[in-house]
Amino acid sequence: MTDTSVDELKKTPLNARHRASNARMVPFAGWDMPVEYSGITEEHLAVRTRAGLFDVSHMGEIEIAGKNALAAVQRISCNDAAALEVGQAQYSGLLTPDGTFVDDLLVYRMAASHFMLVANASNVKKDFAWINEQIKQVGDAAAVDTSSRYALIALQGPASQDVLQPLTGLDLSELRYYHFGHGEVAGGRVTISRTGYTGEDGFEIFVPPAMADRVWQGILESGRSADVIPCGLGARDTLRLEAAMRLWGNDIDESTTVMEAGMDWIVGWGKSDFIGRSSLHEQKEKGLTRRLVGFEMEDRGIARHGYSVIAGDRPVGVVTSGTQTPFLKKAIGMAYVPIDSALPGSGITIDIRGRASQARVVSIPFYKRSRR
Amino acid sequence: MAYPDDRKYTKDHEWVRVSGDTAEVGITDYAQQQLGDVVYVDLPDVGRTITAGESFGSIESVKAVSELFAPMSGEVVETNPYLKDHPESVNKDPHTTWMVKVRLSDPGAASGLLDSGQYETLIG
Repeated sequence: MTDTSVDELKKTPLNARHRASNARMVPFAGWDMPVEYSGITEEHLAVRTRAGLFDVSHMGEIEIAGKNALAAVQRISCNDAAALEVGQAQYSGLLTPDGTFVDDLLVYRMAASHFMLVANASNVKKDFAWINEQIKQVGDAAAVDTSSRYALIALQGPASQDVLQPLTGLDLSELRYYHFGHGEVAGGRVTISRTGYTGEDGFEIFVPPAMADRVWQGILESGRSADVIPCGLGARDTLRLEAAMRLWGNDIDESTTVMEAGMDWIVGWGKSDFIGRSSLHEQKEKGLTRRLVGFEMEDRGIARHGYSVIAGDRPVGVVTSGTQTPFLKKAIGMAYVPIDSALPGSGITIDIRGRASQARVVSIPFYKRSRR
Repeated sequence: MAYPDDRKYTKDHEWVRVSGDTAEVGITDYAQQQLGDVVYVDLPDVGRTITAGESFGSIESVKAVSELFAPMSGEVVETNPYLKDHPESVNKDPHTTWMVKVRLSDPGAASGLLDSGQYETLIG
């Protein structure tokens, strides 16, 4: 495998800041991204106990507006966007007719007939083409890829509100989970969303690219006394896994359905139609043959993405994510297993580089924050 | 971090410190930086024969798993018991944290490995 030259990679507006700060940079989904600053363990623990700052500007934004924008979103997104008030966001899936994932995304209702979808970096182009194709028939709704208009900065951890509040006039104590508002941060006009991908309280801030460095530095300055540190994608991955948040490309993709992934809670079952609806209803009725579960290793070793779940010599499932978690200090992971092994407490065997290793199915999330 | 000149290095980023007919083997500071936080080191049983250039174990960081390659051939006479509960010492003190002690089949083979200056040139 040849490495993509750094010159061919896309750079976020904070790229120079990461490099000047000696972050370890890696190619990720076509972007030159920081994988770690001070170390995954330290960054992970900072987010669980204080707060950490992430550049997630590689994420894509697709906006849909027009008189029939709601109908367009309702068609392509499996969750019920009609339930959203303006200023509210929801997690959803962009599904194939089979009920599998083109992508997973957040749907923001910016105005009654204006939605913003936040999608995975690796999928933005594909999603945009898919959406355009699928909303044609709805009429009077247009989709625009507005990814280049935003830098996205995530401040995550229990100290997030205390760190961010001095920088903005927006009353953050009034901003509920999965809601967002518009205001200024460090002099830049931004959208602040109380969302994240770490299992902690926190904010994701949509910033004009030219203001990104000022906002980034402003937050680090405000967070100095609370020891807020910059974090990379490595800690983002271990944090989301502890919280059992699915990662597209690992845990879910175009070969796995919403039901198999255990995500029926993002389905708007009452909706009259959306892409994938009939398949999901059929699966709900017939039942599943496999399901995504969480597991903890009982034998030593770490089961990683792609390792087989075995019964005797036969592969019967696959590990989709796995790591040693810095906070829980256990080897955990998620895997698709036969439905008769999917209940918490079930023993499963994983082939770790030729060694049959025992693991136990546990309920997820592995980590759940205590609400203050 | 300086690379001590009391030992030899490999292109696979292991170090080997020969003393008589035995040697201690570990990984370099450069290697631990690339790996990130080490959480688990899987070593061969005492008595096993390892062969220069071939895998003799693995090292897991939070991010990934990597193979350990034997810098020289011989028989494993001891594994570092401290690593079981303190894998992070590979990150903290890579050049004092040996992983295995090996009774070398050919102590003279060390001359074919890199010295500290050559290794520093290799990693730039």
